[in-house]
Amino acid sequence: MEKILLLTRRELSAYFVSPIAYVAMALFLLLAGVFFAFPWFGAFRPGQPAQMQYVFSVMTFVLMLVVPALTMRSLAEERGSGTIETLLTAPVTDLEVVLAKFLGCWLFYLGMLAPTLLYAVALAVFGNPDFGPIVGGYVGLALLGAMYVAVGVLASSLTRAQVIAFVVAFFPLLVLWVLGPIGGSLPSPWRTILREAGTLAHYEDFNRGVIAAVHVAYFVTVTVYALFLTVKVLESRRWR
Amino acid sequence: MAAMIEVKDLTKWYGRTLALDRATFAVQEGQIVGFLGPNGAGKTTALRILTGYLPATSGEARVAGRDVLMESLAVRAGIGYMPENVPLYMEMRVQEYLRFRAGLKGVPAKNRAAAVERVVERCWLKDMRRRLIGQLSKGFRQRVGLAEALVADPKVLILDEPTIGLDPAQIQETRRLIRQLGEKHTILLSSHILPEVERTCSHLVIIASGRIAATGSLEELKKGLTQGQRVILEVAPGKTGDGPAEMARALGQAAGAADVAREDAGDGWTRLRVSPAPGADPRAALYAAVAGRGWLLREMHTTAPTLEELYVQITAGDQAVPAARSTAA
Repeated sequence: MEKILLLTRRELSAYFVSPIAYVAMALFLLLAGVFFAFPWFGAFRPGQPAQMQYVFSVMTFVLMLVVPALTMRSLAEERGSGTIETLLTAPVTDLEVVLAKFLGCWLFYLGMLAPTLLYAVALAVFGNPDFGPIVGGYVGLALLGAMYVAVGVLASSLTRAQVIAFVVAFFPLLVLWVLGPIGGSLPSPWRTILREAGTLAHYEDFNRGVIAAVHVAYFVTVTVYALFLTVKVLESRRWR
Repeated sequence: MAAMIEVKDLTKWYGRTLALDRATFAVQEGQIVGFLGPNGAGKTTALRILTGYLPATSGEARVAGRDVLMESLAVRAGIGYMPENVPLYMEMRVQEYLRFRAGLKGVPAKNRAAAVERVVERCWLKDMRRRLIGQLSKGFRQRVGLAEALVADPKVLILDEPTIGLDPAQIQETRRLIRQLGEKHTILLSSHILPEVERTCSHLVIIASGRIAATGSLEELKKGLTQGQRVILEVAPGKTGDGPAEMARALGQAAGAADVAREDAGDGWTRLRVSPAPGADPRAALYAAVAGRGWLLREMHTTAPTLEELYVQITAGDQAVPAARSTAA
């Protein structure tokens, strides 16, 4: 456990000296701010309910670009620079390494979300928001982010080129995201199957202020599975 | 003396490429062993197996009596490893990096500062403590790598090409440091340069295309080489009128001589190459034979293959040097 903390701390501090992390963070906050503040997007204007549903929905998409930009260096950089050899010959298990990679990035991600709490403050100052959906939305974003980060770390474990890690992380996330909308135009069994397999349907309830076990289970399952695969990828050097 | 590193019949296939072929060698406690071989001979592969980074296809490797596969974590905790080209986190500061690695290697939190201080001093990094690793020169990075390998005070140090890419002054410094470290640690270091290991190591393991070609202490290997010795004489018949065949016959009968080859050296001189019988020194008898027959002698010297020649022979793929083969003590 102590080693996970040590590795996580190193991981986290590496983000704070990484230009890419700052660029991704700035991009995220800029877009979130634009979609929250500008009247023609409907989020923050007189006469409308004081809510963040719209900006949260937009974030689920923006994060598909931002999170892979954060995770792409995680293992690919270690592989590219050769530090993976010192890392994996230290007395730490592959699982500890993967968990630390995940936690480091996820904590950075949560830190990146934190400034958007000001939006909720702004709503409270200028309106009378219902805090249920806002809290639900943030819990949902934390879980969704965990899934995005886990998929990103998995992609990063597969290559030594960070650009490839980015693309490989983005595509499965995009596919999961569009499954629901695609299913909407299909006949009955497919519509339900694709809807339930996709990200959006599971996020929507959080956004309405409902924290349901099934949706939590969806994000946690995908996260754990992606991390499990990452450990297997690291182990694969032993049997390749 | 206990064997600190034991490698037995270690074989490694990368797909269909054979990188290590039944390699067997041992490193005793307290030795500094040079793992010598040309690029691509399988040195790094063997070191990576020892440090638990890669598994072997078959065979066995033990460090301090522990199997590298079955007790990987314990083995890794007891090894200080510096990979080739010394990969480091460029965005970290020297001291910060060493503290992090000390923690990772299980140095208790309260001892970490002292452990880092010790290796920083040992590796002449005192003025560099607060510097970013990415801004250090190659020589300093090498020292950081060495400090990192030492920080948990491991019994065994495994260094992959520790002096590659350094300038001559830095090479000397590193050699001196390694020799000092040899007093407290068992060291296995790889290199493809013979003079390099001759100056730092007491024992050699020579590897060529995945096979162990020779192992032993420097003296043992050199002693083995005397078996390839020849005595060269240049003799002229003088007034006797004896032919080269007669000379070769006469010298061949001298005590301690086993075999004679002759060639014309011009102007009536004949060059004779005498191989001694195993363990014998025929030089005095040869001189007596020449003088006794009244022949003229203008040159007599001994040649033995040097370690350098042996190494070149081995690495040129010529495996036919069983005479120089010797086993580890």
